[in-house]
Amino acid sequence: MMETIALTVNGTPVQLELDPATPLLYALREALELNGPKFGCGLQQCGACMVLIDGNATPSCVLPIAAVEGKEVTTLEGLASEEGTLHPVQQAFLDAQAAQCGYCLNGMVIHAVSVLDADPQAGEAEIREALDLNVCRCGTHSRILKAVLKSRKS
Amino acid sequence: MSTRRSFLKQAGSITIGFSILGPIACTTDNKDLALAEMPQPLTDPERIDSWIRLLEDGRIQVITGKMELGQGLSTAILQVAAEELNTSFNQLSLQLAETGVTPDEGITAGSRSMETSAMSVRQAAACLRETFFGLVVEEYETSVDNLEIENGNVLVKGVALPFTEILKSKNIEKAVFEPKELYGKTRRAFVGHPMHRPDLEKMVRGEAFYVQDLRFPGMVHARVIRTPAYNAVLAEVPEAEVADMPGFVKLVRNGTFLAVVAEKEFQAVQLQRALGGKVTWEVGEPLEQPEDIKAFIKSLPQDSNTDEDRGAYEEVAEGAAITHKASYSKPYIMHAANGPSCAVALFEEGVLHIWCHSQGVYPLRETIAKMVDLPLEKVHIKGVPGSGCYGHNPADDVAGEAALIAKEIPGKHVRLQWMRNEEHAWEPYGTAMVMEHEAVLSENGKIKGWNYELWSDAHSTRPTSGDPANLLPGRFLEPSFGTPGQGWRGGAIRNAPPIYTTNAFRLTSHIFQGPLRVSALRSLGAYANVFSIECFMDELAEKAGQDPFTFRLRHLEDKRAISCLGRLKLNVSEVSPEKGQGLGIGFARYKNSAAYCAVAALVEVTDGNPVVKKMWAVIDAGECINPDGLKNQTEGGMIQSASWTLKEAVKWNDTHISSIDWQSYPILRFQEIPKVEVEVVDRPETPPLGAGEAAQGPAAAAVVNAIYNATGVRVRDLPVGRVN
Repeated sequence: MMETIALTVNGTPVQLELDPATPLLYALREALELNGPKFGCGLQQCGACMVLIDGNATPSCVLPIAAVEGKEVTTLEGLASEEGTLHPVQQAFLDAQAAQCGYCLNGMVIHAVSVLDADPQAGEAEIREALDLNVCRCGTHSRILKAVLKSRKS
Repeated sequence: MSTRRSFLKQAGSITIGFSILGPIACTTDNKDLALAEMPQPLTDPERIDSWIRLLEDGRIQVITGKMELGQGLSTAILQVAAEELNTSFNQLSLQLAETGVTPDEGITAGSRSMETSAMSVRQAAACLRETFFGLVVEEYETSVDNLEIENGNVLVKGVALPFTEILKSKNIEKAVFEPKELYGKTRRAFVGHPMHRPDLEKMVRGEAFYVQDLRFPGMVHARVIRTPAYNAVLAEVPEAEVADMPGFVKLVRNGTFLAVVAEKEFQAVQLQRALGGKVTWEVGEPLEQPEDIKAFIKSLPQDSNTDEDRGAYEEVAEGAAITHKASYSKPYIMHAANGPSCAVALFEEGVLHIWCHSQGVYPLRETIAKMVDLPLEKVHIKGVPGSGCYGHNPADDVAGEAALIAKEIPGKHVRLQWMRNEEHAWEPYGTAMVMEHEAVLSENGKIKGWNYELWSDAHSTRPTSGDPANLLPGRFLEPSFGTPGQGWRGGAIRNAPPIYTTNAFRLTSHIFQGPLRVSALRSLGAYANVFSIECFMDELAEKAGQDPFTFRLRHLEDKRAISCLGRLKLNVSEVSPEKGQGLGIGFARYKNSAAYCAVAALVEVTDGNPVVKKMWAVIDAGECINPDGLKNQTEGGMIQSASWTLKEAVKWNDTHISSIDWQSYPILRFQEIPKVEVEVVDRPETPPLGAGEAAQGPAAAAVVNAIYNATGVRVRDLPVGRVN
């Protein structure tokens, strides 16, 4: 059952020995001890588990690890520079204090990075449409929106 | 403890606590008596009452028995301590609720943490400062007027004396006294200013922060095999069919409680799925499926009570110019935390350790100890933040389940996280309610009398009494602890008496026990009571031929209430709704004793589809510790309440809950989120008031009143859904 899967995570090539059916999320959290991507629904309905796969925000809770063989995965931990300087989107979330419990924050940041990478001038309507996939239960949406729009300007 | 003991010998120590005698000792004139009560070591579990102490590294540890729930409590607590000690946050460390370590502050609920815990920390921190000042005055024969405090030093005419140096090797354990000055009242260099939350940086960097992020060497993963129904009984478990699946460690069975343990988390998930299809159950009576929830609720057995009867309603009502009645309802709604509940437990050397996101570690300890039959001192629970809970969600249940499993695998850390369908289908919901109002108006449009009758299940089945029936697994064990009896009725009548002046008011509550598991959801009964009262106020205003602001203001006497609503009126005075839009308002003082909150909503209805465009709030929570934290809570409260009001209702079939994920239980998402604006009225001269739940009721009414103003349709039964 076990296979060796090779991929790049946050710029580092890794080889994982595991059941190829294991969803990417479990591999990232358990084998690689990453905290950014969160288990929210396991159904690709809430976005808490989002990571960048070759730059595109993708839920990781269902996707089998075998499907990302050879791909480049970036998690929340991989957004800051090596010296620790935050990505402009992360910084904007801090500046806007855009969290309450913060459990959805990973998906919000990752998804926003992906949207703005694809279209640095994305407007409010496009950002709302994209982030519609991400569930926030605390009602922090307005701050999140402000943060994403502000990071776009900077 | 050896570390602490040696530290005591070397560097001295100082701890400020409340005597076990509590406020009596704190306020007694005989200070010596209070001190005499204190010589017990702090390690005595019966005497854990310290609030602030000096750490070995020179930092100050602030101790609270409350929990961070995403409401920003940690920041506000640090802010009050930083103020009294004039120190940056990095000189402070915060200890959250942990049995045997922090004071027993019950449950972090009811918006009480600022009123209680933060004020205790403030007083203890001021006492710490004045104690240091006293030591310096004595040692250096100087006057207290020459002293300042800054970042862990006392400054004597500008010369910095570190706290550790001042202590020399003294060991001081002191009870809180009445400090001469509270910088929080006189200086306000930290409190009253928007402060960034230190925990947010951890979240944004993806550092370990949540209970879900805990990892221990050799940790194993568990999943519970859920019964198909509340009343199902486990019949047969074909263990042999799963025992050779990858990673299988153990099945734990006790009565109908069944859990599987695996080496890796996804293996536990696969085993849970496999077992779900192989286990057989006996299901009891089907769940009732009422077509008309209001009629159904009123048909259930009731425990009725007249809670208030002021003035003679019938006399006042007789011959009144206008009588108006309206009946409202709200469905069962859920907490639906974004992150499913999670706990880690370890049973080692006879002690059960539990890490969980419970709102009350001490009451939970008592309940779990009884459930697993261990003495209280053999159970240790540490609070670790989880996903936002908004009340009593499965945080306690998952801790109880992890405990049951860990006890069967001594020496292993067991991590248990619920799956999405478990979180949705097994949490205790906010109960459905029916609210019926009748009022009479005089010819000049004044409310003469008001008769309010409400129907509600209980709003708390928390494990506060130590009864394992209040933990989900309790009912499934052999022997069974049963299911909770009638819960606390006080939650149902929260905010049931309107804040408005009337000659007569009668409140009758009928408490039923409904078919679904229920407990405390943010603001308890206040959401439904305020929703219905404030919609009814708009209906009465219309009958009286007055606009909703004027009508309310004419029935208010409390100056802060008038000012709060007046600010809102000013803030929306320039808003002119376009075609298809309506502006609505709602107002309440939470619990009629906590924060005042006035909310306005601008709603647009297109083809029957209501969208909230913007919401405004004015909130007066007395002395405001962190204005940005208060804004954040109020913004979130409005959006969450709009979601409950427009969309949310728990659905079930004849077996169990059918709202099992985000598709079958839709909530408000980004494309429908209103813009929000919050004004904080800071009143530093008054005590802080609970605020985190204040927006729920007013926001619901504002949305529904706006829909009426947009469409002419009075929605009285929630959720709004489509407006036809």
